[in-house]
Amino acid sequence: MSEHLRQLKQQLVDDPAGFVTNFASDLIDSFEFPAAPAEQEETGFFTDTTLCIGCKACEVACKQWNQLPADGFNWTGHSYDNTVALSDTTWRHVAFIEQFDSVGHAGRWLMMSDVCKHCELAPCVEVCPTGALIYNEFGNVYVQQDICNGCANCVVACPFGVLSRNKEDGRAHKCTLCYDRQKDNLVPACAKACPTESIKFGNVAQLREDASNRVKELHERGETDAYLYGADPGGEYSALNSFFLLKDKPRVYNLPESPRRPTVHLKRNYLFSFAASLALTAASAFFFRSADR
Amino acid sequence: MPGLGASLGRGAATSFQEDMQNADCILFMGSNMAEAHPVGFRFPMMARERGAKLIHVDPHFSRTSAMCNKYVPIRAGSDIAFLGGMIRYILENDRWFHEYVMAYTNAATIINEEYEDAEDLEGIFQGFDAERQSYVPEALKWHYASEAGQSKTHAAEDVKAQSFSERAGHLENPRPEVDFTLQNPRCVINILRRHYQRYTPEMVAAICGCTVEEFLDVAQTVCENSGRERTTCITYAVGWTQHSTGVQIIRAASIVQLLLGNIGRPGGGIMAMRGHASIQGSTDVPTLYELLPGYLAQPSSIRGHDDLQTYFDNEVIKTGYWANLPKFMISLLKAWYGDAATKQNDYGFGWIPRLDGNYSQLASFVRMAEGKIQGLYLFGQNPAAGAPNGKLNREALKKLKWLVVRDWFEIETASYWYKGPENPDPSTIGTEIFFMPAAGSPEKEGTFTNTQRLIQWHDKAIDPPADCRSDAWFVYNLGKRLKKLYAGSTRLRDQGLLNLTWDYESEQPQHLPDGSLSKIEGEPEVEKILKELNGYTVADGRPVRDFNELKDDGSTAAGCWIYSGVYPEEHNNRARSRRTTPGVYTSPEWGFAWPHNRRMMYNRCSADPQGKPWSERKKYIWWDEEKKKWTGVDVPDFESEKSPHYRASSDDTGMAAISGDAPFIMKPDGRGWLFAPTGVKDGPLPTHYEPLESPVANLLYKQRESPTVECYDVPLNAKNPADSEYPIVATTYRLTEHYLSGPMSRFNSWLNELQPAMFVEISHELANEKGIEHGGWLVVWNARAAIEARALVTGRLMPLHVDGRTLHQIGMPFHWGFAGETVGGIANDLTSITADANVSMHEAKAFTVNLRAGRLDPAVAMEPNAPGLWPSRDPSPDTPESDQPEGQAI
Repeated sequence: MSEHLRQLKQQLVDDPAGFVTNFASDLIDSFEFPAAPAEQEETGFFTDTTLCIGCKACEVACKQWNQLPADGFNWTGHSYDNTVALSDTTWRHVAFIEQFDSVGHAGRWLMMSDVCKHCELAPCVEVCPTGALIYNEFGNVYVQQDICNGCANCVVACPFGVLSRNKEDGRAHKCTLCYDRQKDNLVPACAKACPTESIKFGNVAQLREDASNRVKELHERGETDAYLYGADPGGEYSALNSFFLLKDKPRVYNLPESPRRPTVHLKRNYLFSFAASLALTAASAFFFRSADR
Repeated sequence: MPGLGASLGRGAATSFQEDMQNADCILFMGSNMAEAHPVGFRFPMMARERGAKLIHVDPHFSRTSAMCNKYVPIRAGSDIAFLGGMIRYILENDRWFHEYVMAYTNAATIINEEYEDAEDLEGIFQGFDAERQSYVPEALKWHYASEAGQSKTHAAEDVKAQSFSERAGHLENPRPEVDFTLQNPRCVINILRRHYQRYTPEMVAAICGCTVEEFLDVAQTVCENSGRERTTCITYAVGWTQHSTGVQIIRAASIVQLLLGNIGRPGGGIMAMRGHASIQGSTDVPTLYELLPGYLAQPSSIRGHDDLQTYFDNEVIKTGYWANLPKFMISLLKAWYGDAATKQNDYGFGWIPRLDGNYSQLASFVRMAEGKIQGLYLFGQNPAAGAPNGKLNREALKKLKWLVVRDWFEIETASYWYKGPENPDPSTIGTEIFFMPAAGSPEKEGTFTNTQRLIQWHDKAIDPPADCRSDAWFVYNLGKRLKKLYAGSTRLRDQGLLNLTWDYESEQPQHLPDGSLSKIEGEPEVEKILKELNGYTVADGRPVRDFNELKDDGSTAAGCWIYSGVYPEEHNNRARSRRTTPGVYTSPEWGFAWPHNRRMMYNRCSADPQGKPWSERKKYIWWDEEKKKWTGVDVPDFESEKSPHYRASSDDTGMAAISGDAPFIMKPDGRGWLFAPTGVKDGPLPTHYEPLESPVANLLYKQRESPTVECYDVPLNAKNPADSEYPIVATTYRLTEHYLSGPMSRFNSWLNELQPAMFVEISHELANEKGIEHGGWLVVWNARAAIEARALVTGRLMPLHVDGRTLHQIGMPFHWGFAGETVGGIANDLTSITADANVSMHEAKAFTVNLRAGRLDPAVAMEPNAPGLWPSRDPSPDTPESDQPEGQAI
């Protein structure tokens, strides 16, 4: 961005007339509203954790395609998980959960590739004051970097901790569901790199159908602990366009049992605040009157 | 891989990874496939999803174990006890596939009367010479009863290397004496029964540390999923090979698979997972000292290979496919020496250097440490951190006069002279080191030959940066300069170099895919090399269609006969082909698999002796009676028009000696060898020996460890005593996130952040016993070295109950060193240099250590390199600002 500014400045010095013409035309452009891209069928991810081999190819493919820097080299000791959580520079994150009792040879090692949930009704979009967060033509939640002002409302609104603000540029960053690749009819980098098709990308309706069939199949096979997380709306929360097949309680995977949508609570919270302010005013009036006496 | 070669005829994975999806059961042992081969692992996952049972038997619970239906922990190095137990289980419970075994293996073959088994001699076979620590050919009696004596192809112990033909074995009589009633106690199958009679489930449990139930569950599952209708695949990798008994472990697996009828059938086989991208290619067109391309034996002065005739007298096997050896050898010499190779001068055979000892990598480093080697070229190798006994390797490198390291980054082997665990003083090291930057695979064209012998061409995408050059460029130009340097020499030893055909010049300027001209000068045309490997007729340079066209009269040339067919006509590079065939999972037009584009070897076994599929479900190759030929979804690994009813007679030679129901065409009798009368130097049957370093005694035999292993009693290579000083068993392995000793991964921040530090995996019990905290530091040491690492205390490692006592195992990744963005303790500093009798393999997968909490004192200074500018923050070229990668904005 600073590079862009520097160029503008240079242009102003070199060619003042041209600069003014350009500026005027830019100004006119900003009042024009180009046609929105045509709506496409809604896309999303179905991440089937029973097929995840924990290779982290999705993490690397994501970083490579999007040219995201590494988060630093910190050995955590949390099993094989050293990137720990989704962040402004880690948009796919593979969690490792070791479940072994101290005796015997029984145990399991769960692996799950986490990502932005691309909620149907996304709190981050609801709370964004600038309109930077939008649903794009594929129904994916997308941060427009040139509009984001770095207020971080979305960071606190997301119940999954997906969004975070970058220290360098101050803006919020997260998975774009490879918007750029989708526009060119390419599969998102993570799904493309997944060797075992644990990450499936496609039409959401189709994915939901495949996922429920998959659960049925697993149940028939005796794996009755398999269930879908976020495939359907639950409680106050919408369905997720990026949903998961899990084998244990959501919190085991560091997912909320019943995610909350902050905006649902707004009315009640405002009412409560209003009532509280009334009550406090009344109370203070009472005290001051008493003091006067 | 003589384990497979001696049993089946060829030392390579018998099948291909795509075929693993057809398995009904897959037994992973000595392989961490999900971590080391994650892309290929999709096929086992597909099998699992189709209902196959996946079993992992391994010292540590890895990501592979997590994907399997069943995990069984065993003690590192106890594999033969486990497999021997399975052989006993199969025989005792009559689970063997009778028709398959009787027809396709040497089960009914009678062994000579003087043979004495390890069972009779306390763990040693007949013919052992204690003084020479070796089975000596002149005393051996392991041969078939129909042979006059021990075959000439059992080489003496000082000839470490075996040729392919030696592994395949030699028979004077290809129709050996058999007893199909199996009454004769000297039938192979009866010898097997006796040899393994004491490998009971209880004994397996006592040796391996698993429970009787766990063992029986595995044996039963494998047996239930084998037979006419079902098949089981066994998958291994370096977790089997890097043992003092590695070859015999693989032999044991071959016996299991032959008894169960799983070789050469869909969903069956033995998958030998290769550890490097083109390591199969580097044994096919070898960088090995004892082999010439196509598994022909390197001429040896010890074997008396004085001229071509004596070479053939020694090496040609009368019966089976190896009878064609002269065609392959003479074609190779024509490819190398061109017009200079004539019948009169033995086609230049005399110009090939003769072997006079063991020049394998480890033996060479021992020699280097003694100051007997002056210079070394290293291409993509990192012995200072990646080879067993790193310290000895580093000390050896210091004795060199000069060293050339070609690599992407300044790896340990290029920087050992000023940093590393020994804090070396550069002023004391006289080695002149040349670091040559190398090109990466997208920056050059060439081929990879993968684990399933599939040759795949890759084009060059971009020019390498700055002074980086391809290995082909380097070797080609080095060759040109050497030829110039020695021009006019009349010394015999220079004639090989001077007469070498060396013309791979690019005919036209080379273009990159975007149409621009390559900036690299002097890059050879690699396709010319491929054409030479494929072979051509000398008269007109026309490529040969396959190796059946090769002749022994000097009219054909072929640089590697097994690759014949990869370039069958001008401008047809089959390795480049990426066509998929709808509905045909063998994808015959995707790349080219040697030999002859056969995806599955020994596939004649997929039909019964009469040529009919064993079952509809496991149909693959069968005899079409109408068309009088073999047909199916793959190229038959058999003469395509040889009827299943054809019978050879005793005096037939070559392929005529192979009957129509003898599927192992590389073996002299066409049969899979349960009992190997020749081809393995440490016994005809796999026998349980303890690892060279083991805290427990051999419960089966008085002989504790393999009697034929060479231990290299040299400085810095001390062997841990078998007392209580080092009571903990250690093993090493790979993580998905890094590659080998790290030259390609520890310089990449995207990979380093995923696994940024050396750690050791230990059980909760051991951590408690030693007062080690999870996440804290620990020191692992033994007689050779001490390293420090972080402690990963996990339930995935568990103490075992071995022979009534508790035994601890620890696991170490071997990815770290002292160069790179992340640095750490070198696991390979703890391993030792030893050499098994067959392939000079060391034992890195089972050794002993001790450990304590804390850090090394004095501390080893290991400063990581500053993280590179990766990814580059420069905008992507030729891309508008609006289309720059999302992360570019950050």
